[in-house]
Amino acid sequence: MTRSMKITLAGTALVVAAALTPAANAATPAELQAAYSAQSGAAAVPDRGQQLFTTRHGREWSCSSCHGAVPTQPGKHAATGKPIAAMAPAFNPERFTDAAKTEKWFRRNCNDVIGRECSAAEKADVLGWLRTLTR
Amino acid sequence: MPLNHPTFIHRTLWVLVAAFGLVHTAHADDRHRGPRLASLPQYAQECGACHVAFPPGMLPADSWQRLMANLPRHFGTDASLDAATVKDLSGWLSANAGTYKRAREAPPEDRITKSAWFTRQHDEVPAAAWKRPAVKSPANCTACHAQADQGDFNEHTVRIPR
Repeated sequence: MTRSMKITLAGTALVVAAALTPAANAATPAELQAAYSAQSGAAAVPDRGQQLFTTRHGREWSCSSCHGAVPTQPGKHAATGKPIAAMAPAFNPERFTDAAKTEKWFRRNCNDVIGRECSAAEKADVLGWLRTLTR
Repeated sequence: MPLNHPTFIHRTLWVLVAAFGLVHTAHADDRHRGPRLASLPQYAQECGACHVAFPPGMLPADSWQRLMANLPRHFGTDASLDAATVKDLSGWLSANAGTYKRAREAPPEDRITKSAWFTRQHDEVPAAAWKRPAVKSPANCTACHAQADQGDFNEHTVRIPR
């Protein structure tokens, strides 16, 4: 490994750590997406994010079961009926502004929908797609 | 410890606050015949994200302890939380858990909606009403108890959706 590669990797690790550790929670959706992309080493593919979000993965629920197929409007919890505010950041400025909260919900919901945690690439894809949904 | 010592004053104030709280909740119970409402913003934020922030008095402490120890498998969903938050919420739930006669025994599966008191309180609700899209689940308190999020389950304000 060359010296410049090492420096780049160390720099990437720092960015990801800063965006994803609870100590530095405040973030923008763009920063969180950039951190996930840096972690996976690839740019987000929004179409792939939409596919992941709207289809089922061998289980009862898709992300859309609670958030709607186009999450620009409020959704509804599939089990309890509790309203869930819109997921797309352009329609709900509170979304994806807290790294720890984002990680918590990806962990839980990917487990529910796919039966495992999502990879950094998958999180970048989903966030990338949600960020394409504008008014 | 002298009487004007800050610690003494502090403790005395807390005793007074606690005593007032007890008297106050006793009155509230008389009027609403419901579990007393303790509130913790973190509880409303975390647990209230997916369902009504159920009043802690609706389950006994051992039910809360089992639920909080199994959050990654919470009635079919992953409701996992970081260890520090689990500890804070568990302590608060146990401290405010149901101790009066009707809520002392753990219901089947630790489900509030399977408690004997819950069944009795809802025996006038027709079976079909529970299945309506606007209700969906007996755990969806706010479908009929509009103020459930504030801990108000007063039967005089119940409106069952058509």
